[in-house]
Amino acid sequence: MQRMVFQRILIGFVTLWVVSVLVFLMTNALPGDVAQIVLGQSATPESLAAYRAERGLDQPLLFQYFSWLGNMLTGDLGVSKAGGATISSLISGRLGNTMFLAALVALISVPLSVALGLLAAMYPGTWIDRTLTFGTLALISVPDFFIATFSVLFLAVYLGWLPAIANVAPENTFWEMARGIAMPLIVLVIVVAAQMIRMTRAGILNVMNSPYIEMAILKGVRRKRIILRHAFFNTIGPIVNVIALNLAYLVSGVVIVETIFSYPGLAKLMIDGVQTRDLPLVQACAMIFCGTYVILIILADVAAILANPRLRNPK
Amino acid sequence: MSDLFEIDNLQIQARKEDGTPIPIVKGVSFNVKAGEVVALIGESGSGKSTISMATMAYCRPGLEFPGGEVRLHGKDVLSMDPQDQRKLRGNNVAYLAQSAAATFNPAITIGEQVTEAAVLHGTMTQEEADKRAVELYHALELPDPDRLGRRYPHQVSGGQLQRLMAAMALVSGPDLLVLDEPTTALDVTTQIEVLKAFKKVIRDEGSAAIYVTHDLAVVAQVADHIVVLYSGEIQEQGPTEKIITNPTHPYTKRLMAAVKPTPVAGMGELVDDAFDRDEANVEVRNMTAGYGGIVNGKPVITVLRDINVKIKNSHVVGVIGESGCGKSTLARVIAGLLPAAKGEIYLDGTKLEADLKNRSKEELQKVQFVYQMADTALNPRQLIGDILGRPIEFYQGIKGSQRREEVANLLRMVELPVEFESRYPSELSGGQKQRVNMARALAAKPEIMLCDEVTSALDSIVSSNVIKLLQKLRDQTGVSFVFISHDLSTVGSFADEIVVLYAGRVVEQGPVDEVLAPPYHPYTRLLISSVPELRVGWLEDTMQKREMAVGIARGVEITERGCPFYNRCPIAIDDVCDVEIPPTIEPHKDHFITCHRSMEDIEAAEAAPQQILHGFEKAAPDNEKVA
Amino acid sequence: MTDMTQNEIQDDAQEKTIYDELPDAPPKKTLKLSWTGKLGVIVVAFWALMALIGPWVAPFDQAEILDMDSYLPPGAEIDGGGTHWLGSDNNERDTLSRILWGARMTVGISFVATLLAYLLGVTAGIAAAVKKGWTDMILSRINDAILSLPTIMLGLLIVVALGSSIPILIGTAAVIYASSVFRIARAYGQEIMVMDYVESAQARGETIWWIIFREVLPNAAMPLATDFGLRLVFVVLFISSLSFLGLGIQPPNADWGSMVRESLEAMQFAEGMGAWAPIWPALAIASFTIAINLIVDDISAKSGGDLAKKMIS
Repeated sequence: MQRMVFQRILIGFVTLWVVSVLVFLMTNALPGDVAQIVLGQSATPESLAAYRAERGLDQPLLFQYFSWLGNMLTGDLGVSKAGGATISSLISGRLGNTMFLAALVALISVPLSVALGLLAAMYPGTWIDRTLTFGTLALISVPDFFIATFSVLFLAVYLGWLPAIANVAPENTFWEMARGIAMPLIVLVIVVAAQMIRMTRAGILNVMNSPYIEMAILKGVRRKRIILRHAFFNTIGPIVNVIALNLAYLVSGVVIVETIFSYPGLAKLMIDGVQTRDLPLVQACAMIFCGTYVILIILADVAAILANPRLRNPK
Repeated sequence: MSDLFEIDNLQIQARKEDGTPIPIVKGVSFNVKAGEVVALIGESGSGKSTISMATMAYCRPGLEFPGGEVRLHGKDVLSMDPQDQRKLRGNNVAYLAQSAAATFNPAITIGEQVTEAAVLHGTMTQEEADKRAVELYHALELPDPDRLGRRYPHQVSGGQLQRLMAAMALVSGPDLLVLDEPTTALDVTTQIEVLKAFKKVIRDEGSAAIYVTHDLAVVAQVADHIVVLYSGEIQEQGPTEKIITNPTHPYTKRLMAAVKPTPVAGMGELVDDAFDRDEANVEVRNMTAGYGGIVNGKPVITVLRDINVKIKNSHVVGVIGESGCGKSTLARVIAGLLPAAKGEIYLDGTKLEADLKNRSKEELQKVQFVYQMADTALNPRQLIGDILGRPIEFYQGIKGSQRREEVANLLRMVELPVEFESRYPSELSGGQKQRVNMARALAAKPEIMLCDEVTSALDSIVSSNVIKLLQKLRDQTGVSFVFISHDLSTVGSFADEIVVLYAGRVVEQGPVDEVLAPPYHPYTRLLISSVPELRVGWLEDTMQKREMAVGIARGVEITERGCPFYNRCPIAIDDVCDVEIPPTIEPHKDHFITCHRSMEDIEAAEAAPQQILHGFEKAAPDNEKVA
Repeated sequence: MTDMTQNEIQDDAQEKTIYDELPDAPPKKTLKLSWTGKLGVIVVAFWALMALIGPWVAPFDQAEILDMDSYLPPGAEIDGGGTHWLGSDNNERDTLSRILWGARMTVGISFVATLLAYLLGVTAGIAAAVKKGWTDMILSRINDAILSLPTIMLGLLIVVALGSSIPILIGTAAVIYASSVFRIARAYGQEIMVMDYVESAQARGETIWWIIFREVLPNAAMPLATDFGLRLVFVVLFISSLSFLGLGIQPPNADWGSMVRESLEAMQFAEGMGAWAPIWPALAIASFTIAINLIVDDISAKSGGDLAKKMIS
């Protein structure tokens, strides 16, 4: 079993490496001369050449890649074009905000969706199940921005309970923070939970077709216990997988939500970077997002291996 | 005084998409007295399992009870409210399913699963149930009973799981046990062991039982009363002795006729001389094969060791052995599906490449493989006409109307209607699909067909028809066959030569009438004694035999040195058989036995039936403890 | 049954006719959709039709400025004759017409992109499953990497780098979603590759093309078709999201995502019935995607999931 876990982690590192190549190539595919974009139209040929030399842009692409990767690994994320601040300093504050939001979303949505998914599976065909199935189907069918804008319309404009813009600053009181973060939080929980509820329900019902579930029925085991003891334990692997994948999906959701609510997070920083063509900033943000995503996926696979009783209790 | 269980005009139906009912069980009535074992016998589709589950007021999804009653102690269980039905299950009526491996939850310990019903129904505390479970493990002769409960299902063998399921059913002391084909998936030697354990506990516990099976010989060992079913209707019912000695209904007679005979010399019809050219068609020399890559010239997991087999032209070579002995692997190696690690394979005197990718089209054509499961061997998205037509076109370049003609010929050859060419495999029955499966191999006009357990998944009547067809094909075409089976009597009735495999080695091989007559290899002897006979009392008689005492109590051990059968052999010689590779002796021409004992010793052992030569204590002396 | 018992068995042939082998094949199932599935088919068919003929049945041109005022409520009369059945938008254009024109953009582009994604993904996925070894290893790792880039972020990067013309949008969506198609196609491919009938074809000496086109693809077609529906939903959402961020389909072309964005300010003002403006395109997206999901749900329930619900009575 250790071998399998080790293998999976190893593959994860390979994936991370390929991701770094992709991010690097893609950001380098931006049309136009980087030096020109950075220094602007008024730059003299000498200053352009000096900039290229300084940033190593006159070196072959392969060399550029490795020096970029080397810097990245040693924590040197480079200097932002705008204002010349180091990217690490730009990111550090924003990263905290995004992590805070994502952690809260995970904390709320995971137990909520597993519980609701189990509930739906426990009473299949009842109104609870139908409501949850159709409700979540509708929610996963509409775009994130749709849910976000309607939440704004309803909670901020119509009811006036929450601010439409998520302003969080270090000097805010806890209550202000909570109010500020509520809107993006609600939207993200809805988006992420809908998918997880469906997958949990489907996972349980899938196991319900197994002969050992029929056996449990024929032993006179109660429905509740069949779901919680017999089915759930065999679904933990797949469910953990779904949770991890959906938390990874948070990364995408965050982009839209942070944009709509102007939440000062990493995604907003990145979108701004994309719009101002701040190359090093975009590269760094993309690597953080993609790295998180890959790590979550590896965790999901490892969890699935650990949850398998055959692998956990070898002969 | 009413019987324990009364099944009265029971009806079960399914529904089509448009709601019209399809009757599955059409008014079945029979009774079960306390302490009595009633067998429901019939082939797949007869409704026997469905009826047995109705005793727990349960039916599979999509089925329903439109009428009839199932009375336990005079009270109808079908009309009870669901909570009462639930209290009945696992408590008053307990169920044993066909496949224990699928029926045990892989994520829960054996102990919890065994005791669950008793604890949930409140008949015992967890401690009492655990104690009772251990007692049952002892009674069922399971290894390491005190610690067994803490293990997971995948950590014990299939035969043990089957017995554990009996413990699970018996733990709460039910009035009625329902056993649904509990030994069908097992090897013969394992089947005996499980049957013996079942019979003992049923008798000791005094519960009544419904035993569902398609195998009359098994029924004769355990049942008091037999109910014969066909297509959801009772054909005949009566006491076991009467049914098996004097069946009156034609369907029962047909079932009787399909029961496999005891394997003895001269049971089968040998190959017609017309084709007998007595030259090797395929020859396997010093072959070793296995899985997981080759390290130091040996496969990581060795399945077959030093195999030498000759398949003569237009002869049938039967390969026999228990599951896991490597018999399918042998066929796969010959076909090139699994390249051998060592050794050579010759076709008509020419050496074949190990991997089929390197073989020529003619070589591929000459060696055809027939898969066990027609369901997975036939592409569900191709018409029968295309499945059969493709090899004709591919190897012989025959197209168009001529190809259709050839397909029609093939269908006639395997006794199927010509119209089947425009059907999909899913529109055929199991036996029909298996015929198509064989016809596809024939379409290539092969020299040799490798048939891997082609009758194992079929009902007894269907399977005996398939064997008849194979005999006809052999006589008409002169194709040689390698016929792989775990069923010695089927092999005995069809093969010209037999190869007995044990733990990846050939222990005996030779002409069928030599192998099935003394002197036997001790393992062949065990196999022959394990084939159930259609008579009451056979189980008790055969359990008296010497080879049974040690043979069935132990599992296969794969060993690097010595004789692989050492731990199950009644005449093994300590410090010899477990250390040295046994020599091969040739008591008659072309008949080989691999054993340390001389032929005289083996024959002497046959003559002195109760003499235990092997230094084993008798297994599980503490059986008597369980009251 | 009585006449059976009276029958004595004469010969083998007669026996066979009496006790013919019981068919073990289930009766042939025709796929029948439930009412929700049928509703889904009707809605999807409607939008598909609109994607084809929308511009001709729309009362006005998508870019035509019709009135003096923006955000007219549904049912408002137009000065030059005619009615705004669904009101008008921020640029005084007819919302109904723009939605009908937008069907071509949103549904059409998504469909073409999904089709391309399928072409790419299935080809690579089946190739990986059939060739195994290094081919599989390399394709899978590349695919893992693409999959580990969050879709929206990948989209943003590509669109910003290459601009947002319609061909680039289609290409971007196709590449991004090809990777998830690859995963599914490969999984089905692997499942089918271990079936005995495939091995049998290999043992016959068939070429790799025969194996792919005659043995593997026909058996993967049905599950892949179901998946196509889901994938189409994701692509619609993806393209709408990009448009919503202003990086997708560019004006004056009408598309449902950007229509929501353009009309958003109407919500803030909520001037009379003008608040309806963003709701119509949003409903158009939701009706299309929910309809597809209803069909997909229905089909997968019919093929097994349905039994699960009935398992516990």
